Amino acid sequence: MSTAKKNLKTLTNDVNWHDITEGGMIPWAGNAEMYETGSWRSMIPVWNKEKCKNCLMCFYVCPDSSIYTTDEPRMNGIDFGHCKGCGVCVKCCKFGALDFVEEHK
Amino acid sequence: MPFNMKEAAKKTDRLTGGHRMCAGCGAPPVVRQILRALKPEDHAVIGCATGCLEVSTFLYPFTAWTDSFIHNAFENSAVTIAGAESAYKFMKKTGKLEGDTKFIAFGGDGGTYDIGLQSLSGAMERGHDMVYVCYDNGAYMNTGTQRSSATPKFADSSTSPAGTVVPGKMQWRKDLTEILANHNIPYAAQTAMIPKNMKDLYNKAEKAIYTEGPAFINVLAPCPRGWQYSTTDLMELNELAVDSCFWPLYEVINGIHVVNYIPKVKVPVRDFLIRQGRFKHLFKKGNEWMIDEIQKEIDARWAKLLKLAEFGAELLAKAEAEAGATAGAAE
Amino acid sequence: MAIRERMSGNEAFAVAMKQINPAVVAAFPITPSTEVPQYFSTYVADGQVDTEFVAVESEHSAMSACIGAQAAGGRAMTATSANGLALMWECLYIAAASRLPVVLACVNRTLSGPLNIHNDHSDSMGARDSGWIQLYSENNQEAYDNMLMANRIGEDKSVNLPVMVCQDGFITSHAIENIDLLEDDLAKAFVGDYTPEYHLLNKETPIAVGPLDHFTHCFEHKRQQAQAMMNAQKVILEVSAEFEKLTGRKYGLYEEYVPKGAEDAEVCVVLLNSTAGTAKYVADYYAAEGKKVAILKPRVYRPFPVTELAAALAKYKVVCIMDKADSFNAAGGPLFTDVTSALYACNVFGPKVINYIYGLGGRDVRTTDIETVFDEVLEIAKTGKVKSVFNYLGVRE
Repeated sequence: MSTAKKNLKTLTNDVNWHDITEGGMIPWAGNAEMYETGSWRSMIPVWNKEKCKNCLMCFYVCPDSSIYTTDEPRMNGIDFGHCKGCGVCVKCCKFGALDFVEEHK
Repeated sequence: MPFNMKEAAKKTDRLTGGHRMCAGCGAPPVVRQILRALKPEDHAVIGCATGCLEVSTFLYPFTAWTDSFIHNAFENSAVTIAGAESAYKFMKKTGKLEGDTKFIAFGGDGGTYDIGLQSLSGAMERGHDMVYVCYDNGAYMNTGTQRSSATPKFADSSTSPAGTVVPGKMQWRKDLTEILANHNIPYAAQTAMIPKNMKDLYNKAEKAIYTEGPAFINVLAPCPRGWQYSTTDLMELNELAVDSCFWPLYEVINGIHVVNYIPKVKVPVRDFLIRQGRFKHLFKKGNEWMIDEIQKEIDARWAKLLKLAEFGAELLAKAEAEAGATAGAAE
Repeated sequence: MAIRERMSGNEAFAVAMKQINPAVVAAFPITPSTEVPQYFSTYVADGQVDTEFVAVESEHSAMSACIGAQAAGGRAMTATSANGLALMWECLYIAAASRLPVVLACVNRTLSGPLNIHNDHSDSMGARDSGWIQLYSENNQEAYDNMLMANRIGEDKSVNLPVMVCQDGFITSHAIENIDLLEDDLAKAFVGDYTPEYHLLNKETPIAVGPLDHFTHCFEHKRQQAQAMMNAQKVILEVSAEFEKLTGRKYGLYEEYVPKGAEDAEVCVVLLNSTAGTAKYVADYYAAEGKKVAILKPRVYRPFPVTELAAALAKYKVVCIMDKADSFNAAGGPLFTDVTSALYACNVFGPKVINYIYGLGGRDVRTTDIETVFDEVLEIAKTGKVKSVFNYLGVRE
């Protein structure tokens, strides 16, 4: 049963035993990026670009790799598909460039 | 290449978002940083023991690891990676594989201090070219905060609850970094992610990965659930742990102790304990003696470490003098 | 053609492993399998193999290292007995479920307690639900041959399961017998190279092995694993046929031994490993006296050859299944359970069945002991009466 033919999209909760990958092995490294954890939030960080000094501390301390950076690198926003609203970045920002507010969906 | 905040941030993350660690977990930031110490062109095989990190980062069919990853069981991530490393040695020897691969095994304090100690000790003793990283959150967190030998004394845990007769865990923490330092390995280090000293973790990870032979890193990973603090305070807790000398930052390089960070102001351990709900019973009237005991133990271990570093510096100076004398004689 | 040699069963295992030249051998000593890693480490020390020998600090670590090595794309092998096998118990299940074709040399010894270093089958029988292919070997030749075939069987793409090759501790492992070895180059060509599609060291396609697998997916993985075990039977026969072409030695799922003159035997005794040799010897002289007993010796215990064994046993009036292990289930031994369930599942209701548990803790099994079993089954065939289904042979009552 070649797993090469399998596509991640077919590994839904409906996948049958013929099509599931052998031994639970996954050949698509890093595919967790496709899984959204943004819905976990109740609080949300708000980035104030004017106050930001691009120190990148928020990028480093984020448990969810949810700080976008440019190539230079400079801070470039927050990945709200993954941000769980833990607020670690907010507390770490020495320049007050991140606010922490209740998210209203 | 020593840590540069801007340069290191250019490297692609080897642990993606989309994992299921708790919001604010102290483990993924340190894992990201450790993997960031790998050269971008280097291939890695990562192992992880059963525990928070593993179940959250590889939940079928999603893996947050961009490198090859293997999970086997709870007590054997060190030897599983050692097995992979052995296969690698064979393939290089027989010309079946080219290029370099780095081997990094992760385990929580549960899978390292306790059930995993044997296989870690064996792997280090046999000299496999690998790194073992223990992310120490001080209890068996994944199964509901049961005590481990890494749990601090007097901490409340689900198998050492702070009750009316027994006030939490009654044993001192095992000093695992010292145990591994005494395995004759080229590199052992204790580290944490603290904003005022971001280079410590990165440089140690780089040293561990690129030192030939077995290396061990013990990194602090606060847990908002188990330690009972607000998730936003992660980095503050890391800093308090280090500044109170509860978690000294040091290395043992070929048997020589080097203390990397001496706090300008040594914070009383009380300031670290008061932030965590698992120690709230220590602040009840009549329990001051517990805090005093902890302070005494911390001070004793810190003094001992400083002495070891002093002795290490002497040994180093002696060795350098002898090498200088030999070189001089050779001229 | 073929090298005539004489060696112990342990050395036979080790020589086969030498010829296979796996990537990793990770082993921990336990009597009576200890000689296998000992022999192997001399091959390593003398540069006769390229294998990385990992002197692990426990059997649990031995199987863990094998899993890591096999997942990394290298052949991994180990050897153990009794409590060593028991200590690696969770890893046996993980190796099978992760579909890693590790090979293990099991030198059968009694599981503690009490502590006993001698032969019975309680160790490998304890692992019969772990998902490993299990091959049993009567003598040193079979041990060598089965070991050479193990990788080919386990690594087949329709299988990808680990393989355990068993032989009796001390009785064959430490007994010197004449055996035929394959030349190195022929053995190497037969075993071939291990080239898995996915492995940890494949830089182009990094993989993740060993997930947390919730109830949404776990059952499908298990069903797939079960299929692999079912597929293994066909592969075992194919590989054995190829082996026969190479060596002239024929191996099937079992051996049915009918002594000359006993072709119309009405009774059959079913048993594994070395005691089958003793039984065949007794069956021969019994046949000469006109007492006709056939012997059936399963070689493949997992996957269990349900239809084949049921078909082979259907013609007998009495089948005595002998177990060198007790399930302590108040219902006989494991081989008895599997054989009778196969008979019933295949609508074979003819034969009367009895069980003898024998040789536990290495209790010697003599020809006189076998004679008592033979006499009993022949009596049952005559009278049609079974005195007792569950029996013990050789214990002091």
